[in-house]
Amino acid sequence: MALPEVQIEPEKSEVATTTNGRWAGYRALLGARMKELWREPEVIFWVFAFPLLLALGLGIAFRNKPAETTTVAIVNNAHAQQVADLLQGSRAKGVIHADVLDEKVAFDGFRLGQYELVITADDNGMHYRYDPARPESVLARTQVDDALQNAAGRTNPVKTEATPSSEPGARYIDFLIPGLLGMNLMNSGMWGIGFAVVDMRQRKLLKRFIASPMRRTDFLLALGSSRLVLMLIEVALLLGFGVLIFHMKVEGSQLAILLVAALGAVSFGGVGLLTASRAQKIESVSGLINLVMMPMWIFSGVFFSYERFPQIMQPLIRALPLTALNDALRAIILQGASMGSQWPQIAVMAAWGGLSFVLALKWFRWS
Amino acid sequence: MKTYEGKVEAVRGLDLAIEAGECFGLLGPNGAGKTTTIEILEGLLLPTAGDVEVLGMTWKGHERELRERLGISLQETRLSEKLTVRETLHLFGSFYQHPASVLGILDELSLREKADARVGTLSGGQKQRLAVATALVGNPRILFLDEPTTGLDPQSRRQLWDIVRQFQRRRGTVLLTTHYMDEAERLCDRIAIIDHGKIIAEGTPAKLIAGLSGHHVVEFALQSSNGGGDELWARLPGVQSVRSEDGLYCLRVDEPHHTIPALLSVVQAKGAQLAHLTTRQASLEDVFVHLTGRHLREN
Repeated sequence: MALPEVQIEPEKSEVATTTNGRWAGYRALLGARMKELWREPEVIFWVFAFPLLLALGLGIAFRNKPAETTTVAIVNNAHAQQVADLLQGSRAKGVIHADVLDEKVAFDGFRLGQYELVITADDNGMHYRYDPARPESVLARTQVDDALQNAAGRTNPVKTEATPSSEPGARYIDFLIPGLLGMNLMNSGMWGIGFAVVDMRQRKLLKRFIASPMRRTDFLLALGSSRLVLMLIEVALLLGFGVLIFHMKVEGSQLAILLVAALGAVSFGGVGLLTASRAQKIESVSGLINLVMMPMWIFSGVFFSYERFPQIMQPLIRALPLTALNDALRAIILQGASMGSQWPQIAVMAAWGGLSFVLALKWFRWS
Repeated sequence: MKTYEGKVEAVRGLDLAIEAGECFGLLGPNGAGKTTTIEILEGLLLPTAGDVEVLGMTWKGHERELRERLGISLQETRLSEKLTVRETLHLFGSFYQHPASVLGILDELSLREKADARVGTLSGGQKQRLAVATALVGNPRILFLDEPTTGLDPQSRRQLWDIVRQFQRRRGTVLLTTHYMDEAERLCDRIAIIDHGKIIAEGTPAKLIAGLSGHHVVEFALQSSNGGGDELWARLPGVQSVRSEDGLYCLRVDEPHHTIPALLSVVQAKGAQLAHLTTRQASLEDVFVHLTGRHLREN
């Protein structure tokens, strides 16, 4: 089978032509990708608005109250007033709020969580009703007991002193923002690369691209670069939000934060590319992406510390890329750690990204 | 040359030579192996055996040089709907070292008015023109079009034919696949008819039709519907072959002016009346029917 043989030298034709440099294709691919993203309202919402709303909602729900007060109910009987007076005279009166109530009302309130402790006093002393499953109830019991014993004249054998400390950096919102940033980089990396690639494959656009002289490396580079551009915006938005709205303090260097975030974005881009390397349909890749991300949402310490999981799981959890990203981001943002001190996390991310990318290239289907 | 898709051999023993500057058509029903053939020539599918040479080069070792010189439009590509027509052409042009100017292509394909419209808002005909435009923007020497007009309205089809002719006038070579015999007849200098992965005829449309013994067709139907067996009509003077379908008789004849008077007297002798009678030149459809016993559009 043969198609015509004609001399290869560019011949004069009526068509006006221009000349492209080596990187014209890469630039056009990146430009097209950014335009597509920008024109997709869902992308704007999920990548930019959603994490901010999440941070705002959680930040308000878990904000630190000015002084955490313990509310207790005192069952109304002959001794009730005596207990109330004791509490009133104690050093802890500022943090303990006590109501004298009828027995039924007091226990109903306790059951509904309005009161953390119910005190019933009689001739023999006090009786506490508390819920060992509620941390604040356990705390209330100790607090109230201490206050009552001291007010009644107990002398402590050891002199102790405490300095209250609730500076920015130790609050829940400070813990949350770097976690949300990590999660967002994972989400947008996985969806931004995985979904886009399968969509283009399903449209036969990938096949159309390789039917042209497009360089395949340019295509992949442009996809990766688009992630880095978005990463910059994501980091600036979330950290800026934390600083402006929640007066968060960023301790580490901005360059270190950007470098770690970039590594995270590229690493999850690699995982996204691997997830999408063979899938032919959007539906199948969506399931795969969720399957890959699900364990990391739970285990990687986005909303709460992963130290809560059993000791035996810790090495596995630390090997997850999102755990590494969250740990490194928290260390740098909250504690001002250097890039170098985060080398184990950096190694974990680089290994995931690099391995995924190599496998993705090996298995990648252009049509 | 042959290839396997799964365990099915899609194309076998296909031998084609396409000349510079001609428009060559692969004509055949759906599933005949047209797309497999054109994608092997485009270097998108690897043949399990056989050689492909394009512009004197093979795909192995010359892929980049070849891609720079070919314009390819696949059977079904859904271009990104969020980009505009102009952006899409700019993107595809950026892959080539010496692309044609986007404005020139927009004019040539009558897409100037739609330059800043999103691809998602285009009509079917405009989308298909844009698909061809993405192939032309590289200023190619050879244009590959896989079923370029399938599903288009007649006006859009003619617009595309004009685009192909215009490209040919600039000494471009065209290879297209189609299952429309009128498209092959009007547009192609030469065609190869493909069925079940094999070439069953090759040549200029005129020559293929002339090659039929009996290149006129007389079609008729009787009012009482029952015209009897085919043999009765085969005995008429000058009749080369008879086919009947649902009471419609189709005679291939050499000289209609001898056949028709005889036909009329037989009808009269039977005491029947004609419901319908036409004569026409034989078409590629008749060539296909003659060669395969089937119509192009049936499966």
